[in-house]
Amino acid sequence: MSKSIEELQVIAKRIRREIVEMTGAAKSGHPGGSLSAVEVVVELFFNTMKIDPKNPSWPDRDRFILSKGHGAPVLYAAMAEAGYADTPADKLNTLRKLGSMYQGHPDVRFIPSLEASTGSLGEGVSLALGMGLAARMDGRPSRIYVMIGDGESQEGQIWEAAMAGAYHKVDNVVCIVDYNQIQLDGFVKDIMEVAPLADKWRAFGWHTIEIDGNDAAAVRKAFEEAAGIKGKPTCIVAHTIKGKGVSFMENNPKFHGVAPTPEEVKLALQELQ
Amino acid sequence: MPAKTKFELKLGPATREAFGRAVVELGRENKDIVVCDADLSKSTMTTYFAKEFPDRFISCGIAESNMTAIGAGLAYAGKIPFISSFSAFVVNKGFEQLRVCVAYPGLNVKVVGTHSGVSIGEDGPSQMSVEETSLACSLPGFVVIAPADEASCKALVRAAAAYDGPVFIRTGRPKAPVIYNGGQKFEIGEAVEVAAGTDVTIIANGLLVAQSILAAETLEGEGISARVLDMHTVKPLDRDAIGRAASETGAIVVAEEHLVDSGMGVRVAQAVAEIAPCPMEFVGIENTYAESGQPDELLDKYGLVARDVAAAARKVVTRKRR
Repeated sequence: MSKSIEELQVIAKRIRREIVEMTGAAKSGHPGGSLSAVEVVVELFFNTMKIDPKNPSWPDRDRFILSKGHGAPVLYAAMAEAGYADTPADKLNTLRKLGSMYQGHPDVRFIPSLEASTGSLGEGVSLALGMGLAARMDGRPSRIYVMIGDGESQEGQIWEAAMAGAYHKVDNVVCIVDYNQIQLDGFVKDIMEVAPLADKWRAFGWHTIEIDGNDAAAVRKAFEEAAGIKGKPTCIVAHTIKGKGVSFMENNPKFHGVAPTPEEVKLALQELQ
Repeated sequence: MPAKTKFELKLGPATREAFGRAVVELGRENKDIVVCDADLSKSTMTTYFAKEFPDRFISCGIAESNMTAIGAGLAYAGKIPFISSFSAFVVNKGFEQLRVCVAYPGLNVKVVGTHSGVSIGEDGPSQMSVEETSLACSLPGFVVIAPADEASCKALVRAAAAYDGPVFIRTGRPKAPVIYNGGQKFEIGEAVEVAAGTDVTIIANGLLVAQSILAAETLEGEGISARVLDMHTVKPLDRDAIGRAASETGAIVVAEEHLVDSGMGVRVAQAVAEIAPCPMEFVGIENTYAESGQPDELLDKYGLVARDVAAAARKVVTRKRR
């Protein structure tokens, strides 16, 4: 699925609208950290990853794990756009409702095309290592992409995985940190500082790239660089803006875990024309 | 069922040793078998697998949470991972990951805990796992197995590998008395009657199976006919065998090397209450942490030997006759 940056930007805007609409309809959820991650997720699903939404269990496919599972809306919207049979676009607004496949956090029992159930923070990088090691044992070309949050980087297991990924030279794994500076209780620096993140990943032995994670061209370039790195995994520290694309949500801690009101949805959709 | 011939307490290999050997055999048969260990491979005996299949052995260092989720990732990609450490660490330290990464999606991960119970001995309570059966049983979809000896452990490790879903296997450090001399079949969820009896049923697992057989012999001399069941699968329980025990013998003792108020006993009691209520007694570790010592000394001090099982059986038979 190769697409130009311009095409991706059109998809990105559509996905931002979906995120606003679905969290608005749900009256709960995490719009801010979904909006910050859009460019990375769109580049992966519509350009970088070798996937076949019509054949989701293709064993040689690339895989994406949303370790920051509360960002589920961006993943659901991207998978719906990509055309997976178990992520129907016309059901996105059932997010978080009883019986919906669009569970509050990604759940493989409801959407088998998901690569992992997530939601409890800190676990996705380890899952990615397991998948990457399995691909290596089987001689498969699969590459595993896992997105974590900056607040999530406070979890100790992230660093256990960082150590293990470098030690085992799992070079088919790419970790992306959605570094939007905000977590539930406020700004990351006021809750538990995680900086300097890039230095930490480098010190743990990962090839580390720092980019503007809302710049589609920079995101693509980072994944191209990661594809050429042998002998070590790659971490992309993606500096992003929480709530990106909606003026009153940008850099606003309130929209980490609070859905927009119907009026806010209307305003946001006007901005995302 | 076997007639009561004199049970000879003969020590065989530890169940952890049986696990280590069995997983190598499985590795030879199936290239998808992968083993993860957390710096205890010389104790969990996964060192045998590491030597024969270095490319399928993943050293995770002293980081059980990461190991557990790596196991989940391997399972997502179609592997059959065995993740192993002391029971106290692989279950307790990785419990969150067992819950969210393994149990919740229902992945095909085999969790093997070694050095379970007080019989780890000199290392003391920080390494002594006395809660993990309760924790493992609390996870929806998990199968939980506590084998008694080498033969049953090997067979049940094999059954666990063939079963598609999460399994916890509880093994021990010390040499385990030989219960089975070949020919016995072991299925997940099917208890084995190791001694026939009509007055009381002793339901045991792990090291308490041998102690229960010894207790049954003592009781026989007192005119009490005790049935002994090796309930190697704690979850799912063999409800048929429990129902027969309750209705045919009318009294049950449960014996295990685990905290008595959260282990197999309470699960059996729930089944008995549902199927055919009868008097019950429980042998296990009381509401406490033990201490350092030799395994035999600890089993004796903490009430986990034939003497304690027999006392519980006498008591429950008295209650039945009341």
